[in-house]
Amino acid sequence: MATLLQPFVLSLQLAFVTTSLLFILAIPLVYAIYFHTGPAKPLLKAIVSMPLVLPPTVLGYYLLIFLRPDGWLGSLSQQLFDIRLVFSFPGLVIGSLIFSLPFMVNPILSAIENLPLSYKEAAYTLGKSRWNTLWHVLLPNVKSSVVVGLVMTFAHTIGEFGVILMIGGNIPGETRVASIAIYNEVEMLNFDNANLYAGILLAFSFVVLLIVYMYQNRRSQGVI
Amino acid sequence: MIKVSLHKSLMGSEGHLDLDVAFEMPLRAIWAIMGPSGSGKTSILKMLAGLMKPDDGHIEVNSQCWFDNEQRIWKKPQQRSIGFVFQDYALFPNMTVRQNLAYALPSSTQESLIDEVMALMHMEMLQSQKPHKLSGGQQQRVALARAIVRQPKLLLLDEPFAALDRNMREKLQQDLLNLHQRFDTTILLVSHDAMEVVRLADKVLELEQGKITKMAKPIALLPEIHQGLFEGEVVEINIAQQYFVLLDKRVSALLRFTLPQHIQLRKRDKVQVEGEQIRVQSND
Repeated sequence: MATLLQPFVLSLQLAFVTTSLLFILAIPLVYAIYFHTGPAKPLLKAIVSMPLVLPPTVLGYYLLIFLRPDGWLGSLSQQLFDIRLVFSFPGLVIGSLIFSLPFMVNPILSAIENLPLSYKEAAYTLGKSRWNTLWHVLLPNVKSSVVVGLVMTFAHTIGEFGVILMIGGNIPGETRVASIAIYNEVEMLNFDNANLYAGILLAFSFVVLLIVYMYQNRRSQGVI
Repeated sequence: MIKVSLHKSLMGSEGHLDLDVAFEMPLRAIWAIMGPSGSGKTSILKMLAGLMKPDDGHIEVNSQCWFDNEQRIWKKPQQRSIGFVFQDYALFPNMTVRQNLAYALPSSTQESLIDEVMALMHMEMLQSQKPHKLSGGQQQRVALARAIVRQPKLLLLDEPFAALDRNMREKLQQDLLNLHQRFDTTILLVSHDAMEVVRLADKVLELEQGKITKMAKPIALLPEIHQGLFEGEVVEINIAQQYFVLLDKRVSALLRFTLPQHIQLRKRDKVQVEGEQIRVQSND
């Protein structure tokens, strides 16, 4: 049973690490994009949103190039930390960070952009810096979008397939996450296991979306 | 003295506008800007606050330069001693009334100032409320209180009482005068309401198409038939600021005049004002 559930444990670990790291990374990124007033703003937004439209295999391919032992990031990691990035859990984390980036950044950024401009201006006239304004005024007023970003990032990471297959392969206990495990079981014609994994992922995805919409509904009715 | 000279090309809903204004305003004065929509009133306030950068010009407040295009001096809003009351109040929904004021309070100022301002504006009961639970008038009070706890040199008000009913507007106008007396702040307000300007301001700037077309005493705004002669009851006397307020029922207006040197006025005195002359008709 433990071996059977191992892909799910690995998926949950990956989703947890990715979501936590992305939350820490998303705030400075939101800061950089929101407060940027120059012509590079659309460029920054396009870069962050790329994984939404890019085929996972394309992203996976480029990541493979960068992360392999003779790629610049792979060799750097090997030299500095003695960590191999391709076909390993740390490599999966890097891939997931990039692939799930828009799911964390975009809901927070668009919610902040929809706040009245006068909140930001009022904070400035009260002598507050940009960071202070973001932290004390803007983010607390888009709390629901932060929660949605966290949940969607977690759920999206659980369902990742293409990028993981490209840079992680299918190593049991190391890179075989739930979605890869389904593919593996189908290839080996183990439809019972494939059915079980697919059913669990289907239920998980449905429950996550249901929670998100129920949360948004309660907030819009002023319950939360 | 506040010296202002501003030039900016603006693109608004009604097309291109060349804003070009210059004025010198004494410290501790209350001045108003009036003019049609799109004439550049809010833009002037935003440039004074540092929220909008002029193309050219100069802003100097009490010998301190806030902006000079030639010398490339530009102080950010955070570096200017300003208070700004926005048309939509801009109260932070995540904070209670007290937290909104505490957030605005400079770190060097004692928190007792919050209690003082709240008492001055009769809003002690509101302090633990969130802004969305307050009425328009209460929200406006909080916005004014939040701006004033910074004890700014220059308080900018963008149509502060526009959305309120007459009764509430008059109460808040009184609150503003009380705050002005207590904190000695220079106030520049944008308004559409001639009566409000007559009551509050020492001088009014009329703006049209981005240019100042008239700088006058607010009395000049009243209908011509009433110019020159006002009569009514004294409803307020302010010795410190050297003015009194007259309720002229014929024009349904509260009017502010400089206190005369030679006459001892009392509340409820019936007086007549004609130009510089003030006559007490009765004081029973």
